[in-house]
Amino acid sequence: MVEFFTQTGLGMGLLLVGQVLLLVVPLLLALAFLMYADRKIWAAVMMRRGPNVVGVFGLLQSFADFLKYIVKEVVVPAGADRAVFFLAPMISFVMAMIAWAVIPFNENWILADINVAILYVFAISSLEVYGVIMGGWASNSKYPFLGSLRSAAQMISYEVSIGLIIIGVIISTGAMNFGAIVAAQEGGGGLLHWYFLPHFPMLILFFISALAETNRPPFDLPEAESELVAGYQVEYSSTPFLLFMIGELVAVVLMCALVSLLFLGGWLSPVAFLPDGFFWMFIKMLGVFFVFSMVKAITPRYRYDQLMRLGWKVFLPFSLFWVVFVAFAAKFEWFWGIYARWPM
Amino acid sequence: MSQTDFSRKAGYFLLTDYVKGFLLGMRYFFAPKVTLNYPHEKGPLSPRFRGEHALRRYPNGEERCIACKLCEAVCPAQAITIDAEPRDDGSRRTTRYDIDMTKCIYCGFCQEACPVDAIVEGPNFEFSTETREELYYDKEKLLDNGARWEAEIARNLEMDAPYR
Repeated sequence: MVEFFTQTGLGMGLLLVGQVLLLVVPLLLALAFLMYADRKIWAAVMMRRGPNVVGVFGLLQSFADFLKYIVKEVVVPAGADRAVFFLAPMISFVMAMIAWAVIPFNENWILADINVAILYVFAISSLEVYGVIMGGWASNSKYPFLGSLRSAAQMISYEVSIGLIIIGVIISTGAMNFGAIVAAQEGGGGLLHWYFLPHFPMLILFFISALAETNRPPFDLPEAESELVAGYQVEYSSTPFLLFMIGELVAVVLMCALVSLLFLGGWLSPVAFLPDGFFWMFIKMLGVFFVFSMVKAITPRYRYDQLMRLGWKVFLPFSLFWVVFVAFAAKFEWFWGIYARWPM
Repeated sequence: MSQTDFSRKAGYFLLTDYVKGFLLGMRYFFAPKVTLNYPHEKGPLSPRFRGEHALRRYPNGEERCIACKLCEAVCPAQAITIDAEPRDDGSRRTTRYDIDMTKCIYCGFCQEACPVDAIVEGPNFEFSTETREELYYDKEKLLDNGARWEAEIARNLEMDAPYR
């Protein structure tokens, strides 16, 4: 039996499919409840109740929405490029999903343990722009096109600073593998040993850039309801729209996972006397997601020029300076070597 | 640069607005909810609330309406249609009293105009239907409403009487 799964091609293939399903199914299930949580948190801050009719406390709301989306009619605009029109949501969804291949949830709980994991995630999240811009272009309509232009410019701008922020962490660790990054944050001090202390400004910058990268409020300009109706999603309905929406939320959860892994010590326990494990990763991701939701509830939308100014004139210089600073701090082991954590 | 400018810049970089906003958000997060679970909970209604119409009767069962047609005359939406004939006992009564509820603007002028408090707008606002035709109310339906809502209507009229 073991030989079948480790030696034969068919067995290895089946094993891989099983592993992928083991990741994707819980992820999508969790997503349904995260969407519900998002709406509940948003509602609570507005002193509303939020969804509370479908199921106990409205817990099944997302599934009701899911059913509603898939039974709706797919409307294709008259002048749309059909192939690209349907390719766009698929790209959006698939790109958001495949990035999870390199995200570990616990020590060695990982689909593909490649040594350039961060670069892979970064490359995939860059490709997500294509879903947005293709959707906007293929709709053959004004508002989606304007929305997708905005979105493309925004995602590319903030990817630059995200890249620089990640470089700081890579320099500190000396590796691009998430396992190595988390291992570098391990130490007797528990949570004092995580990267959020030495890299604190970058945690904030990364979080804000992640908001912009995933088109979340206050940077949801591509969707700006008041100006662009719904941006690149205007002409989409039914399942394609659902794919866009899931893709967007998966990207948000991915950013939560990245924040946990890069700055909050992943699956490490915050205190020495408790064991490390998957649930710490889970709790951290939920915590970051909560802040994501709260930000949505408490901030007004940025103006487009403010968004660009913040990205290029504040974040980029600051993160660039930080890379240089971390490089020196790591090389000369300033501050008792907290910036130099590669295995000596 | 003046002192105020400097502290504003510092606040900008330390995201003080967002921290404050977050704390305020958390305070509201745990505040009591203001939503009513509508079909199960309902908000209070004023005694003057102008909802679905009803034709009332006297306690002895005689209908109040004397077919003076003041409501028909005053209705700005011309939603009311009345036909009248003397009854066998010689009293003047309506043979037809129709209200087109799709035309009605719920201004309450019919109620104001009525000298005998026959036509009133009751507290019921949940009378949606699936077809338009069901909203063309006739005399029978209005009298039926009157019988069904008499208790509430009488209480509301009594509560509002001091201010009339």
